[in-house]
Amino acid sequence: MATDPIHQFEISRIIPIEIGGLDFSFTNSSAFMVATVAAAGAFLYLTTSSRGLIPSRLQSISEMTYEFIASMLRDAAGSQGMRFFPLVFSLFMFVLMANLLGMFPYFFTVTSHIVVTFALAILVIGTVLVYGFWKHGFGFLKLFVPEGVPAVLIPLVVAIEIVSFLSRPVSLSVRLFANMLAGHITLKVFAGFVTSLGALGVAGATGAILPLAMTVALTGLEFLVAFLQAYVFAVLTCMYLNDALHPGH
Amino acid sequence: MFVAPAYAQTADQEAVGDEVNTEIGVAENGGEGAFPPFETETYPSQLLWLAITFGLFYIFLKQVVLPRIGNILEVRRDRIAQDLDEAARMKEEADAALAAYEQDLADARKKAGAIAQEARDNAKAEAEAERKKVEEALESKLEEADSRIAKIKEAAIGEVGTIAEETAETIVQKLIGGRLEKEALQAAVKAAQQ
Repeated sequence: MATDPIHQFEISRIIPIEIGGLDFSFTNSSAFMVATVAAAGAFLYLTTSSRGLIPSRLQSISEMTYEFIASMLRDAAGSQGMRFFPLVFSLFMFVLMANLLGMFPYFFTVTSHIVVTFALAILVIGTVLVYGFWKHGFGFLKLFVPEGVPAVLIPLVVAIEIVSFLSRPVSLSVRLFANMLAGHITLKVFAGFVTSLGALGVAGATGAILPLAMTVALTGLEFLVAFLQAYVFAVLTCMYLNDALHPGH
Repeated sequence: MFVAPAYAQTADQEAVGDEVNTEIGVAENGGEGAFPPFETETYPSQLLWLAITFGLFYIFLKQVVLPRIGNILEVRRDRIAQDLDEAARMKEEADAALAAYEQDLADARKKAGAIAQEARDNAKAEAEAERKKVEEALESKLEEADSRIAKIKEAAIGEVGTIAEETAETIVQKLIGGRLEKEALQAAVKAAQQ
């Protein structure tokens, strides 16, 4: 129990709320969701408030993020995809800010809970399904029938396509969740080695140098992962939205 | 992340110092030691707050932030295009001014050449006139001298007859001691002269 690496993922109530037998308490997770949204929103809002023709450094960060996501979406889904720009941008910013806030010691990582990442993935897939059927009607089902496949193979291919479509929300959510969870556990374990070895006197303290270096290196890696997972989430969202826009490939 | 060890220690103390404070979630839900992300009791709360926070975030970005950034970028693009147009126009103007200047320069050169030519011609004509005048003066002087020489020559030739007559008279007087008829002398001199 000394350095329980799971402890950081525990959810604790701050304001208990119970409706209809379900627990809707405002928890540490909720608090960090609010912090994520507030930090990201405030950053974007305040850095662009001067509307500088020549951007300040912070303003250009907001602008670069905007153009980064905009070009990503345009490349993946064409200019029609720009109608989903607010969604993709919000998802990217939310995941990125949640991941980065999670890098602070003692901070809770919102995206380290499968239910959160799964909800976000369902939001993406739900948007794809709703928009796909609304826009193309049953023509959206062409998504599962690739062109140029021999008639004999069609049942098999359709089955594979459906399975791959259904696995999308799972892979999308588990990828983010598992990356954040594993990274934070690893960091905690190595940091735990430092303290437990350090308690063993001089020899232990000397031996603790290695896990300390590992902790430092892993921290850098985790910052990369924090950005990369937000990026991957946004890219895949763009690609799935492309299916909703152009189901015939 | 040098704080991580400290975190570890605090976690340690918290754990040792009994699970009093915030860790009710685990304790109450009876899932002692369960893996927090898989504790379904926490799902409704997480989903509700995610929906609230993410929904507000989405609306805020869609209504306020994204139009603003889009506007900033558009204004900048327009401004750059406008500035480029302005620069192209100014360059055109500069080119035109340069061409006009070169034209002026060429004109001025041509004019200067004409003026110089004129001056040269004038000077030449003047010199010519001067030369002619001097030549004329010399000519007249030459003629005058010629006529004077001719006159002197004539006079001298005329006097030669008289001198010859006198000389012949004197010679004759001295030789034969007599006098000769003047007409005969004159005739003789004339005959000798021819």
